[in-house]
Amino acid sequence: MMRFRLSDTPLDIGTERRALDHAAAGAYASFEGWVRDHNEGRAVQRLDYQAYAALAASEGDAILDEAVARFAVREARCVHRVGSLAIGDLAVWVGVSADHRDAAFSACRWIIDEVKRRVPIWKNEHYLDGESGWLHPDNTPVDTTT
Amino acid sequence: MNFRLLYFASLADRAGRAEETRESAADTPRALYAEVASLHGFAFDRERLRVAVNGAFVGWDHALADRDEVVFLPPVSGG
Repeated sequence: MMRFRLSDTPLDIGTERRALDHAAAGAYASFEGWVRDHNEGRAVQRLDYQAYAALAASEGDAILDEAVARFAVREARCVHRVGSLAIGDLAVWVGVSADHRDAAFSACRWIIDEVKRRVPIWKNEHYLDGESGWLHPDNTPVDTTT
Repeated sequence: MNFRLLYFASLADRAGRAEETRESAADTPRALYAEVASLHGFAFDRERLRVAVNGAFVGWDHALADRDEVVFLPPVSGG
């Protein structure tokens, strides 16, 4: 089952969360990551997300399968945008259904942390001053112009 | 051997391309990274990267085969 996917079009959460429906589930927890207008003290105008699609899909799926095995949840899904996004756009959505809220919250938090740490997706911030830079692990842009 | 290399994010910017086909005597990702890092002037130490061959993560001493797709992955920043 493919629990993780990349999307090059805007996400419709109402559609996505139907995959979590389960008669035994009494709780649903979700996380939405939005594009904000600042980072590290700089004004951000927009973002580009790039992914190594084949590996992002398999690694993302592995994370969600691990979450379902690790936490007492009924279903878990994640969708991550790629392409050019504007301020306020939804960049990533995680949804989890579970019998009880503790597992739903815990799994949701674990999934977004693992996705950020492991899935081959990169963010290019375009700043208001016209500069741009890819963000790499310590969260600082890498200067590719020199 | 011939390899297909894909580049992402700042590595693609630095190399000035998203992919290339290279003929190389390198038999591990470790040796191949040393070669392309020198060629393209990649600033990353190998310790900051991961490597994937044919769409799966591998170790730096993985044995490369002719026509492998090799990707050096800079630290990720999704989410």
